[in-house]
Formats: sequence, C-alpha cells, structure tokens
Amino acid sequence: MSMDDLYHEIILDHYKSPRHRASELEGAQVSVHHSNPLCGDELDLRLRVADGAIEDLAFDGDGCSISMASASAMGQAVVGRELGDAEDLAEAFRLMMHGEGHKREDDLADGIAFEGVAKFPVRVKCALLGWMALLDAIESYRGGDGRGSRDD
Amino acid sequence: MDATMIRKDFPTLERHVHGRPLVYLDSAATSQKPRAVLEAMQRYYEDANANVHRGVHALAEEATELYEGARARIARFVGADPRGIVFTKNATEAFNILAYSYARHRLGPGDVLLATEMEHHANLVPWQLAQAEAGFDLRYVPVTPGGELDLEAFEAEVATGRVALFAVTAMSNVVGTINPVADLAAAVKAANRDALVVVDGAQSVPHLPTDLVALGADMLCFSGHKMLGPTGVGVLAGDPEILEAMPPFLGGGEMIANVTLEGATFNEVPYKFEAGTPPVAEVVGLGAAVDYLERLGMAEVRAHEVALLEAVLPALEGIDGVSVHGPTDPARRGAAVSFAIEGLHPHDIGTIMDREGVAVRAGHHCAKPLVRKLGSVATTRASFYLYNTLEEIPALVDAVETTKRFFDR
Repeated sequence: MSMDDLYHEIILDHYKSPRHRASELEGAQVSVHHSNPLCGDELDLRLRVADGAIEDLAFDGDGCSISMASASAMGQAVVGRELGDAEDLAEAFRLMMHGEGHKREDDLADGIAFEGVAKFPVRVKCALLGWMALLDAIESYRGGDGRGSRDD
Repeated sequence: MDATMIRKDFPTLERHVHGRPLVYLDSAATSQKPRAVLEAMQRYYEDANANVHRGVHALAEEATELYEGARARIARFVGADPRGIVFTKNATEAFNILAYSYARHRLGPGDVLLATEMEHHANLVPWQLAQAEAGFDLRYVPVTPGGELDLEAFEAEVATGRVALFAVTAMSNVVGTINPVADLAAAVKAANRDALVVVDGAQSVPHLPTDLVALGADMLCFSGHKMLGPTGVGVLAGDPEILEAMPPFLGGGEMIANVTLEGATFNEVPYKFEAGTPPVAEVVGLGAAVDYLERLGMAEVRAHEVALLEAVLPALEGIDGVSVHGPTDPARRGAAVSFAIEGLHPHDIGTIMDREGVAVRAGHHCAKPLVRKLGSVATTRASFYLYNTLEEIPALVDAVETTKRFFDR
C-alpha cells in the first residue's frame, strides 16, 4: 500500500486540470449542494438533462484532491448517459470503493484510477462525494419532472 | 521539566507508524495516557470494583472513597468547590446540561445569549437547541482575521445590558488563541450582575493553570481525555448554589432523594446531575491524571509549551507557501497550531504527513463557523503537549516539505 495507490497519476491530473468544473451551467434544471461533514469538503453540482440523458454537468467546490478529482472523472464518465444508466454506473463506482467488486470498468473510464482509494477507508467518502451528489441531483430532477407531468 | 523523560511514561509514544517513530501532534483532539492513569483504572477494577454510594460492604465503600477522592482532587485542580464538580461523559454533555437546565428555563424573549464565532460546536449547538425552545436572542462576538475576538463588538453587545448568558472558550481548539476570559467575565457581570458566565475549558484546563474564581467563570466545562485522562468522563465545574437552583437534566437512580409512583424529590448537588451509575473507573483515571499534572506543575507544562511554540511558529512560517493561523505571540496562544500550505487541501496534507509518521488533524475541528471566518473550509492542525519535544519539530517541518514536493511533481 503506497501513496501512489491513493494519489494515482490520473487523479493528480484531474486535480490539477479538472474537467467539467464551473460555477455555472447554462440551462441547468437542477443544482445540489453536498458536503462531507467529517472534513468540511463542499461540492455543488449542476445538471442539464435532455431526452432523459445528462446533456452536461458542472461541479464546483472546495475540497481535497480526491474529492475534486473524483467529481472531475465522474463528469467525463456520465455526460451523455441516460439517467438510469448514470445511476447504475454510480452504483458500480460505490461497490468498487467499498472493495465489493469490479463492474463496468471501461465505462468508469478514469474513475477506475480511484480503485486504490478503497485501501484508505477515511478517504472513501471523499471519492464518493461527487457521485453521491449526482444521485441526489438525478433524484431531484425526477421529483421536479414528476410534478411537471402531473400538471400536464 | 524533561519531556524526554516524561515520554517514557506514555506507552503509545513508543509506537512506530508506517515504519517511522510516531510524532504525535494531535493532543488537542485527545491526549495520550501515562501508565499512572492506565494502572489506576486497572487497579480499581482488580481491587475495588463496586457500585458507588449504594453499598454497605467493603468494596462499595472503597469504590466510593476512590470516586469521591478523585472529585476532591479534581475540584482543587481547578479551584472549585467539590459540591460543584459534576461528572459527565464529556465536555459536550456539560454544555448540554447548562443549555437544558439553565438556558431553557432562565432565558427568554428579550434576553441575549452571547457566544463567539470562535467556539467549538459543543459550545454552539446546545445553545441553538435551547434557543429554538426558549426564544432568547443568540448573538456572537465576531472573530478578527488574526483569530482573536473583536473586543469592540463584544463591548457593544454587553453594553445593551441584555446579555443573560455569556459562553466563551478560554483557548481556541483551532487557532490556539487564549482569550482574556477574566476581563470579559468582569465586563459581562458589570453590565448585568445576574448574567451567567460559561467557559469552555476543554483546551485550557489541560494546558494552563486554572482557577475558577480567577477566571470569573460561573461554570467551566472540560473533558478528561484531553488532559491525560480516559475517554468517557467530562466535568461541569461551577457554583454549587447555581447548580442547586437548576432542575435536573437526566432522571434515574442516584439523582433522587425520594421516589413515589407520583413523583420524586431530588438529591443534592452534584448527585442531582449524576443520574445512574457513573463512570467510576474513568473518574478514578482522571483523578490519577490530575495527580500526574500536579506533580509536574501546570506552570511548568505551560512554560514547556511556550518553548515549543517559540520554535515551531517560526519553523512553519519559514517554509515557502506555509502560513500559520491565529496569534503569532506565544504568550497569547496555546499549542494548537493550525496552518495552511498554499494550494493544498488539509486532507491531502494530513494523509501524506501520516505516511511520514507525523499525526496531525485535518478538517474543520468541530468549529465550522471559525474555520469559515479564516477563509477556509478546513485547516491542518499540529497540536503539542507536555510530552512533545523540540526534536520533533524538524520531523514536522520535513513532513510538510515532503508533502509539498509530493504534489509539486
């Protein structure tokens, strides 16, 4: 178990050059705020959904390299996916972080670099922060969408 | 005081982590325990284990004597009346007793409960819960960018004459600031004779000579585990007459004078606030911790920590990209030293430093409003105690340098 398991090159790359990081997202229908009460990491996530799929997303926040890099890699992995598919991918990532299996490795793309974080239990929550925000954002979107449908 | 000799009393300090000798710089979270404390607890369980205040047999009497003996010594240690020493499970519970049994009953609309932005959540959230029920105003003394209380704002608050309870920490757990508690208490009392002054001593009691009267505190809350004692015991130390006038917090055995099916009358203080079987072994352990500290002398402990601060503050400030939060003068601060490394998050810093054998804390230290005020969501904190040595400071500096190099690659 070395520092390179935790701070994989790909993770440091996402940390230094984050993708999908912005404080605004044009046309976003949903915005959620998540924090890690243990260490104070904060993350905002905005989603724009079209035809039942994530057309684009933007995250912003203040957190450690693991939490910010994971959100960046997540953005790459889920943009273009249907909501249900993105949820399934989030579950695959969660299982990997808890050392409970490897599913959809190719779909996780750079997310696979976070595998080593599972060996550092106190940092697992950091890696999951963006993904948990994604699940929450999808649920919020569906809630809003559901009410809209009833109005129709 | 010879810290190198003192270290031999602490088994954990002999440990290695990740193949390196442990440099333990997290005593503000919890201190390590000397053998004298561990042995006192072991001895209690092996020789005298019995419930207290309840039996007529020999062991029950011995256990009660050990328990009450510790109370008397802890009372003397902080200059309190033993009747005003209530054992709780931690400092947090001590604050909750005051919020529930004092603030909720004695404060109401029009009253101000004045706290500060420097407080630990334990000295914030209980008041917020009480405020929701009692409807008093909860106001805060702001903290300056330098990590000290804004005394002008404090004076303006006090001048209204509405401050009915003032809650303040004697020493910040994040930036180390030592507050002028005696002056603040006097100002509060001058404006409102009946105001209650509540002091958070969780960081100050382990590190500074403490006297309840000199502090001007009506109530002092502190925990055992930060002052060489075990977890599971804290103390509410205060004026027994004020405690006597307060309704109970928890109900149950021990805290009663008489019970019928219709109701109960309550025992005298401090027993009224010690419902159920208390943490006897832990209190015995805390008594041994206080004996240990008194043998060293709290003035000596403080002098040792000032010497550490005189070395560590310039050593950290001397590293490119590192800045220390809080007062720069060792005389005005305790040995909890929060710092920032430009461009790096404390969580990452803490993880790399741990690999170097240096245990520091990373996060908001249960003081989110204060850390926000410092312009951050988290800090890295190295906190020192009587067993830390000057020789450990280069290890801290090396670990910081290693961390910087790691993320610069």
